[in-house]
Amino acid sequence: MDLAGLLAFNVVTGIATLVLITLGLGVIYGMMRIINLAHGEFMMLGAYTAVMASGAGVNIWVAMLVLPPLVVGLIGLVLERTVIRFLYGRMMDTMLATWGVSLGLIGLVTTLYGNVVRGVSTPVGSFDIGRYGASLYSLVIVAAALAALVGMFLLLRLTKFGLILRATMQNPRMAAALGVAPNRIYMATFALGAALAGLAGGVLAPISGVSPAMGAAYIARAFITVLGGGPAIITGTGLASGLFGTINELVSFKTTPVIGDVALLAAAILLIRVLPQGITGRYLRRSL
Amino acid sequence: MTPSRPSPAVGLSLLGFLATLALGLAILFGAPRTLDTFGLVQCTGFAALAMFGLSQGFVWGFAGVMSFGQAAFLGLGGYAYAVSVINLGDSTLPVLIAIVVPMLFAGLLGYFMFYGRISDAYIGVITLTVSVILFQLVNATSGSQYRIGAAELGGFNGIPAIPALNLPGHPDEPLDNDGLWYAAMGALVLAYVLLRAVLASRFGRVVVAIRENETRAQLIGYDPRLYKLLAFMIAAGVAGLAGCLYANWGGFISPTVFGLSMSAQVIIYVLVGGLGTLVGPMLGAVLIQWLIIAAGSQTVVDSNLGLGLVLVGFVLLVPQGLVPVVRGLLLRLIERRTPSRPAPEAGGALATERAR
Repeated sequence: MDLAGLLAFNVVTGIATLVLITLGLGVIYGMMRIINLAHGEFMMLGAYTAVMASGAGVNIWVAMLVLPPLVVGLIGLVLERTVIRFLYGRMMDTMLATWGVSLGLIGLVTTLYGNVVRGVSTPVGSFDIGRYGASLYSLVIVAAALAALVGMFLLLRLTKFGLILRATMQNPRMAAALGVAPNRIYMATFALGAALAGLAGGVLAPISGVSPAMGAAYIARAFITVLGGGPAIITGTGLASGLFGTINELVSFKTTPVIGDVALLAAAILLIRVLPQGITGRYLRRSL
Repeated sequence: MTPSRPSPAVGLSLLGFLATLALGLAILFGAPRTLDTFGLVQCTGFAALAMFGLSQGFVWGFAGVMSFGQAAFLGLGGYAYAVSVINLGDSTLPVLIAIVVPMLFAGLLGYFMFYGRISDAYIGVITLTVSVILFQLVNATSGSQYRIGAAELGGFNGIPAIPALNLPGHPDEPLDNDGLWYAAMGALVLAYVLLRAVLASRFGRVVVAIRENETRAQLIGYDPRLYKLLAFMIAAGVAGLAGCLYANWGGFISPTVFGLSMSAQVIIYVLVGGLGTLVGPMLGAVLIQWLIIAAGSQTVVDSNLGLGLVLVGFVLLVPQGLVPVVRGLLLRLIERRTPSRPAPEAGGALATERAR
């Protein structure tokens, strides 16, 4: 019974982690049909921001939850203006360019801070599930993932900005005819996606080794979750995270985390053979 | 234009093939006579990576398949060779295994991708993900319980002391540095000639036709899924052979061959050399590897930074790559000498290539 409780807790944490690391990628892909291969490095920058800020004496919660999205969002904005905006409509070239950005960021951070693993200590302790101990920090991850998911939903559903975003996503020409500048919207979307990646990096910094190449550990899962989710950003990310997170955690529990990732990939490839457009490409098509 | 005289583009293509072949053979026999041992060993590594570039150039430039994880096949080939040569001793069969294992893996993966009819971007992401996960998988095989026959996989430490190639039937006489060079460069020239032959065949023409317009090719009666799958498998076989040569070059293989930077490097070879050519990726491989080695001797800046800048710079400024630019200039020169000819199609063909 205790074991089942722990397992359920781990599954929920795994799903929340998947939501966190996928949402930024999903926003950029869903809105702009761009696969941002620098996503992992945006997370890495978020984690570095958290490490640097807490090292400089900033309150740990501010350093983890507030600064990373701001800093990485700004970096995303600059990159969109200097690189990405010249490549709209050339999907392959955007993927290649963001891959270049990804390598460049790894190289830059290695040059500046060296190829060493850093970390921040977890700000909260642990609690017991029956006979087993579990980290309270997992609850922080779950809360952050929920907040990000609900926040994005409210932003898209209730605000005027969200309405314009969805309109531009559906039909950029019509939106332009009605007085919206699609380029501005794309710029904002890219920055938003980068900020979400930064948040993920900041939140995950205490439980992962922060090093220049840390992004590679997450992107595989993030990419296949976005593909599995399909066109609807929030529903897709949520559903695919739920499905893949459960598979990943259960297999990891039985074997090792690496085999868990392999199972996740195998499940995704089978899913895509059946539903090439992802889950929301077939079901719940009208959802957000 | 009279029918007896081919267009300058076709003439130049044949001329280019013969020139490349002659150059390749000249390097093959000239290098051992002019270079010292160190230079020759370095060139053997270049030949292995040029072969890797060739595989990416074929699958991306001619089949139009965005394989972002070609390193998966390089790594599978290298590991397949290492494991089988340690177990078997004689290297003849392991070389074949190094080609066949990646091809079978590509066949399985490609079946799900191409027969699921997923978009190009998804293919890119899935191949990339597969290579990342293979990296993690092989990385996690430390310890003596992970062994295939006599070969320990060794996790992130890799497999050291891989026996080098030997003449068929003589496992006691491994090739020396000169012999390895002849094997690597000879295999590269052979692979180039074979891929040119494939492209000139009926099969190759259908593959290129599908790249140009998949719907039209399908309406004519070809099955794009099958042709793409076969092209993907051929490229995987070439990459596997490259992995075998790469493992021979250092006598060592580690999970980094599956790494993201390996997949990125081969994309850069193709992009710098020229998409839609076979010579370009080989030249790009040599150029970029030479730059990496030159940059590796300084410790101020990480080499990834340079690679990233090269990748972004080429995508933004020279998206067609160096060889097509030079070829375009040559064609224009010929054009100027014979002004009555209609304009060659090179510009248009390149434009459609970039459009995918």
